[in-house]
Amino acid sequence: MSKRVPIRATAQMKQLMGFYYMMAKTAENDPEQKIAWITSGGPVEILHAAGVIPIYPENVAAMSGTMKIADEICAVAEDNGFSRDLCSYARTDIGSVLSGKGPLMGTPSPKPDFLVCCNNICGTVTKWYEELQRIYNVPLIYIDAPFQYGIKDRPEAIDYIESQLKQMIEQVGEITGKPIAWDKFIETLELSDRAVKLWREIQDLLQHKPAPMNSFDTFIHLAPIVTLRGTQGCIEYYETLKAEMLERIEQGIGTLEHEEYRLGWDNLAIWYKIKFLADRFSQHNAALVVSTYTRNFCYQTEDRDISKPLRAMAGDYMAGYINHGLDFREKELYQMVQNFSLDGLVMHSNRSCRAYSFGQYELAQTMEEKYGVPVLIIEADQNDTRMWSDEQVGNRIDAFMERVAAKKK
Amino acid sequence: MSEYFVIGLDIGSATAKAVLIDNEGKKIASSIRPTAGRLLQSAETVKREVMEQAKVNEELVKAIITTGYGRDIIPDKTKSITEITCHARGAHETEPTIRFVIDIGGQDSKTILLDIDGQVNRFEMNDKCAAGTGRFLEVMARTLGIHLDEMGEMAVKSDKTSRISSTCTVFAESEVISLLAQGEEIPAIVSGLCRAVSERVQGLAARVGVVPPIMMTGGVAKNKGVVNWLSKILKHELIVPEEPQIIGALGAAIMGLELINKNNDSIQKITQSK
Repeated sequence: MSKRVPIRATAQMKQLMGFYYMMAKTAENDPEQKIAWITSGGPVEILHAAGVIPIYPENVAAMSGTMKIADEICAVAEDNGFSRDLCSYARTDIGSVLSGKGPLMGTPSPKPDFLVCCNNICGTVTKWYEELQRIYNVPLIYIDAPFQYGIKDRPEAIDYIESQLKQMIEQVGEITGKPIAWDKFIETLELSDRAVKLWREIQDLLQHKPAPMNSFDTFIHLAPIVTLRGTQGCIEYYETLKAEMLERIEQGIGTLEHEEYRLGWDNLAIWYKIKFLADRFSQHNAALVVSTYTRNFCYQTEDRDISKPLRAMAGDYMAGYINHGLDFREKELYQMVQNFSLDGLVMHSNRSCRAYSFGQYELAQTMEEKYGVPVLIIEADQNDTRMWSDEQVGNRIDAFMERVAAKKK
Repeated sequence: MSEYFVIGLDIGSATAKAVLIDNEGKKIASSIRPTAGRLLQSAETVKREVMEQAKVNEELVKAIITTGYGRDIIPDKTKSITEITCHARGAHETEPTIRFVIDIGGQDSKTILLDIDGQVNRFEMNDKCAAGTGRFLEVMARTLGIHLDEMGEMAVKSDKTSRISSTCTVFAESEVISLLAQGEEIPAIVSGLCRAVSERVQGLAARVGVVPPIMMTGGVAKNKGVVNWLSKILKHELIVPEEPQIIGALGAAIMGLELINKNNDSIQKITQSK
């Protein structure tokens, strides 16, 4: 196999993220600099506008997973009575808090001054953040985003979120002692909007054959859009990455010597097995070119009116893939299949993420029977390696690829 | 005598199987040996045995296709193919109308839906658990102090079936011990165990969606108790081939033959175009 052409921007991202975490760790000892922990689907723009440093326990937990220290950290949470059936991000985060161990040079996330929890990604975060509130005894701001069963989002739900965002802006102002300036807030929203658009454009560039990078790359390049959307640094980074992708497309650089099959991925990454999966699929000349997971961070409501910024924002925070029922998910998956010319779908049935994994068997059957798209379901966990077996998963991938190949002939 | 031969090797967790076919796809010889942890050695043994049975020397063997858990460690293989594809191919070869295959081997159980032309449509495998596999029955036979081979007959003859509530091999073992302590008769327990395996496999079958006719393959297909229970639970008759254990190896051999024919075709095309 020819040598992979590495993505240059990765170094820049490492620098950006390294700087961000260093700044956050330093802020821990600065009483003036407020830190808030926030869920991955939380309205971070309000924090950036208020000059608060956001910390994402999910992102930090994924780092522990990639660094393969999540198991021992989870064990601490389990020793303290948290069930092994609880989400492994929650166990990694709580275990990290309880043990003082973490991926940031061996230490956990910097302590929060307050917490922001939005349930647009799952219900587990509600109890998880209540637990954090008990441990740290700090304010908890809660945004309730109603689950959308239909394809079209309900306007009264948008009203409801909008009113909560309004309240959050006031609450954050009270906690920091400085009310958020409206201009600053609008500026942050615009920066966020640009970053989200860039992230979508970058992912859409993978529609090109061969795809200039694959989903395993996008899992890694996802970090800035999650943590830093609403900042100038985030935009600069994605502009660099986009330019490099366009350059790779022009030069015909892909991620495999011969990209024969194109696949889509559903659900969170399996952080401790990224290399294994990338290698196994590439043995079959298969590239993963799109994932619902990385796209979840660039959903916006269709008929969005930016002259009403708070309302547009409210819509965006319930527009995500996992805040929707099966009809929506079916529509999205089929669109992915068409737009990215997919030969099949790989669904990670994630023991940790019920909100995401629920309905996958139903969706798989629909994709197979209604659209003739082969689907592979891999049972695993985003962070807990005990749910994994190289032999079994490898075998399933091989059998699936034999089937995809036979179908394409 | 045939011009050349093809061997299919199925190296499973419990047994190694070899099938030798001629250039028309006719089965000439087969062999089954326990692997006992020595995968390479047992693969070599079954391969040698089929060649000896057929009186064929190595030069006449044009392809060796490997499948099963140990498929990638065989050094002189032409190609390795997963057992999903091989079992489907083997079942289709044995009985072309088959739409559904239930394979229960030593360490895994799988269900495969076939298209009308014998291609794999969907499949499911057991997940990180020995419940519903041959190993489950092996452990239980040891606990009960009986032979694995007796279990099927025993289960069929029993008019009583004990309730085994646990699907976990370890917990089911303690359940069996406590049933014995309560004075439950062994055949009733065995029938209960066969039902437990069948119920477990039913879940895998339902996920794929059962379409008859169904063939059952793998070592456990020799256990009449499981076959009866499965057929009762799935409400369909199961077709069990004469030698259910070698279906994977047979499928591998047939696919080897197809590979040779395909290569010959392309060679012919190249020569013709010249």
